[in-house]
Amino acid sequence: MVERSLGPADIVPPFEVEDVELYHPKSWLTKYVFSQDAKIIAIQYSLTAVAIGLVALVLSWLVRLQLGFPDYFTFIDATLYYQFITMHGMIMVIYLLTALFLGGFGNYLIPLMIGARDMVFPYVNMLSYWIYLLAVLVLAASFFTPGGPTGAGWTLYPPQAILAGTPGQESGIVLMLVSLILFIIGFTMGGLNYVVTVLQARARGMTLMRMPLTIWGIFTATVMALLAFPALFVGAVMMLFDKILGTSFFMPAIIQGGEAMAYGGGSPILFQHLFWFFGHPEVYIVALPAFGIVSDLISTHARRNIFGYRMMVWAIVFIGALSFVVWAHHMYVSGMNPSFGFFFAVTTLIIAVPTAIKVYNWVLTLWRGDIHLTTPMLFALGFIVTFVSGGLTGLFLGNAVVDVPLSDTMFVVAHFHMVMGVAPILVIFGAIYHWYPKITGRMLNETMGKVHFWTTFLGTYAIFFPMHYLGLLGVPRRYHELGVTSFIPDSAHTLNAFISIAAFIVGAAQILFLFNLVWSWLKGREAGGNPWRATTLEWQTPETPPAHGNWGKELPVVYRWAYDYSVPGAKLDFVPQNQPTLAGG
Amino acid sequence: MGLFQQLAEKPWLPSPLPLADAPATRLPAARLGLRVFCGVVTVLFFLLLVAYAERMAYEEWRPSAQPWLMWLNTALLLTASAGMQWAVAGIREERIEAVRSGLAGGGLFAVAFLAGQLVAWRQLALMTPFDITNASIAFFYLITALHGLHLLGGLVALGWTATRLKGDPPPAGLRLNVELCAVYWHFLLVVWLVLFGLLFSGTDNLEILLALCGVR
Repeated sequence: MVERSLGPADIVPPFEVEDVELYHPKSWLTKYVFSQDAKIIAIQYSLTAVAIGLVALVLSWLVRLQLGFPDYFTFIDATLYYQFITMHGMIMVIYLLTALFLGGFGNYLIPLMIGARDMVFPYVNMLSYWIYLLAVLVLAASFFTPGGPTGAGWTLYPPQAILAGTPGQESGIVLMLVSLILFIIGFTMGGLNYVVTVLQARARGMTLMRMPLTIWGIFTATVMALLAFPALFVGAVMMLFDKILGTSFFMPAIIQGGEAMAYGGGSPILFQHLFWFFGHPEVYIVALPAFGIVSDLISTHARRNIFGYRMMVWAIVFIGALSFVVWAHHMYVSGMNPSFGFFFAVTTLIIAVPTAIKVYNWVLTLWRGDIHLTTPMLFALGFIVTFVSGGLTGLFLGNAVVDVPLSDTMFVVAHFHMVMGVAPILVIFGAIYHWYPKITGRMLNETMGKVHFWTTFLGTYAIFFPMHYLGLLGVPRRYHELGVTSFIPDSAHTLNAFISIAAFIVGAAQILFLFNLVWSWLKGREAGGNPWRATTLEWQTPETPPAHGNWGKELPVVYRWAYDYSVPGAKLDFVPQNQPTLAGG
Repeated sequence: MGLFQQLAEKPWLPSPLPLADAPATRLPAARLGLRVFCGVVTVLFFLLLVAYAERMAYEEWRPSAQPWLMWLNTALLLTASAGMQWAVAGIREERIEAVRSGLAGGGLFAVAFLAGQLVAWRQLALMTPFDITNASIAFFYLITALHGLHLLGGLVALGWTATRLKGDPPPAGLRLNVELCAVYWHFLLVVWLVLFGLLFSGTDNLEILLALCGVR
C-alpha cells in the first residue's frame, strides 16, 4: 500500500448526500414491536429464524434417532419420519438460512456498513418481517393440523406431494405452499429495500468498489433471490391450484386404487424445472452472503487487506449470474435429453472457476497475515475447509455420468449438508461472534465460543464425512428403514449409529452457544465501540449499540476502501474507512 | 461514471474522493424501487409464459376458446393507462383538475377492467366444454388472477395518492406519486398486452413466436 497524500479535493464537507427524514417511534410498541428501525427488524428476523431453526434441529435429531437405531424408537413410524425430513429441510433452507442471512444480517449490516441512517423504505421493511413471521406461523401450524405437516420431501415433487399416501396431503401440503407464498411476498418487500438502499443510500465517498464484501455478497444474493423466488412462487401457486381446484398443471393421468383420478395431462417435470430454477440459485443466495462475510472476518482477524478485492467482487457477480443456468443438474435422472445434461454439466463445472478464485484469495489473504485465532476467525477458517470439501464432492455430482449412480444416495445428503448446511452455518456463527459486540455492547465469552467451535466443527465432520462413504455403498436417502439388503454391510449400520451420536453431541453444543448469548448479554465483558479494531463503518458509530439513525448528527464520509489493515506508515494497524488521513487526523 | 467503469476501480490505490459518486444513480429511491419491483413482476409473468409454452408442447394440449370480452377489457386497460398519462401531464403543468380527472379515470377504468375480467371468468366457465384439468383454461384463470391482483395492489397506491390531492397547495412529492402510479399502470398494460397478444387473443401467436425463435 502506497501512502497517500491528501489534497484539498479529499477533504469534503459532510451533508452532501441528502439526509433522510427518519420515522421516530412514539411508543414502546412502535419502538420494539412494530419497529421500522432496520436494526430491530434484523433482531426480530434473527430470533424468529433461530427459533424455527431450533425446531428443525430437533427434527434432525429425531431423524437421526431413527436412522441410527431403527429398532428402538418405534414411535417414529414412516409417516413421522417423512414429515421430519421434509420440515427439517424446508425450515433450514428457507426459513432459517435465507431469512437469517438476508433478513437478519442484511437488515443489520447494510445501513451500518454503507453509512446510511436506515433502509430506504422502513415501513415496507417492517411489513416484510411481519409477513415472514406469519409464514413461519402458518408453517408451524401444520404440525397441529389433522394429518400433520407434509412429508413430501423438501422438494415437494408432484404428483406424490398432493396424493393420498403421502403424509400431510390433507392440509399439511396446503399450509406449506401458503407459507412459501407468504415468505416470498415478505422477502420481496425486504429484498426491494436491500437493493435500493445499497444503490441509493450509500454515504458520500462509498463507491461501489469501496463497499465491504459482506455488502457485495448480500446485495448480489438479494438480486438473485428477487429473480429466483418468483419461480418458486409460480410453482407453489400452480400446485396449490392442482390441490385445491383440481387443475392439472403438474398432475398427469393417475389411477389410484384402481380408479382413474380426475387429473390428466399435467407435467411433473415442469414443477421440477420451476423448483430448481429457484432451488439452485437458492444455494448461492445462502452462499454469497457467507462468502462476503467470511472475507471480512478473515481480513479483519488476520490484519491484512483482502487479496484480490476486485476479483472477489467480480467472482461474486459471476457466480450469481452463472447459478441461473445450472438448475437442471438437479434433474439428471429425470430423463432429460443427454445434450441438456452435457450443457448443464459444463455450466456447473464452470462455476468452480470463480469459486476457486475466491478460495485462493482467502488463503492468500491469510498468507503471512497476523492471524488472531479468535472465535470468529476459527469459524471463518472452518468455513473455508468445509466449503472446499463440500465443493469438491459437488464436482462429482455435477458430472451427469457420476451423478446418475450417486443420485438419491446418502452421498448427495452429505454433499449438500457440507456445502450449504454446515459451511454457511459456520459463517453465521462466526458472524454472530464478530458482530455481537456491536449489537449488544458486550463481548461473547471466548472460552465458551471456542468449545462451541471445536465441538461443532469436528462434530459436523464426524456426521457428514462418513455419510459420503455410506452413499458410495449405495445407502439410499429418504428411506425410513434400510431392512436387509445384499449391498449394505453391517458396518454401515454401525456407522449410522456413530453418525447419530455425533449429531446429538453437535446439537447439544448449540445449547452452550445459546447460553453464551444470554450470559454474555447480561455479564459479558464491555466491548467498547470497536473491539476488533476493524475498518468498516459499522464499528465507527458514535454509540454502541448504534442508536436510532445510526450516525448522530452527521452522516459519515468515506475516504478509503474497507481493507486498510497494517498499512505502512499508519499510526495503527487499521485505518477506518471514514478517516481522512493515515495518521488519524 | 458508467457501471463498468465503477466496477473497474482500484479502491486500494490512493485516489481523490470521487465527487459525483455516492448514489450510483440520482433517481429517487421510490422510482428505483418501483423499477426493481417491475423487474420482479416481469420475471414472474415471464416464467408463467414459459410454463405455458412448455405445457403446450404436450400432446394432450387442448386450446380453449377465449371470451370475446377480453378485447373490450384490453381497451379498458388502455384507457386507464391513458387516464394516468393525462394525470401526469396535469401535474407537470400544475393543473390540479387535470390530475384529479386523470387519476379518477385511471382508477375507474382499471376497476372496470377488473370487473370485465370477472365477467370473462364467468363467460369461460359457462362455455362448453369446460374442464378445469384443461391446462389452457387453468392457465387463463391463474394468469388473469395474478395480473388482476397486481392491478388491485396498484389501486391501493392510487387511492393513497388520491387522498394526498386534498392538500392545498398539493404536498411535496405528489408529482412523484402520480408519476409512479402512471409508470405502474403502463407497466401492467404492457404485461397485459404481451399476455393477451400471445395467450388470450384467440390466435396462435405464441406458437408462431416459438416457431420464429426456432424453439418449435
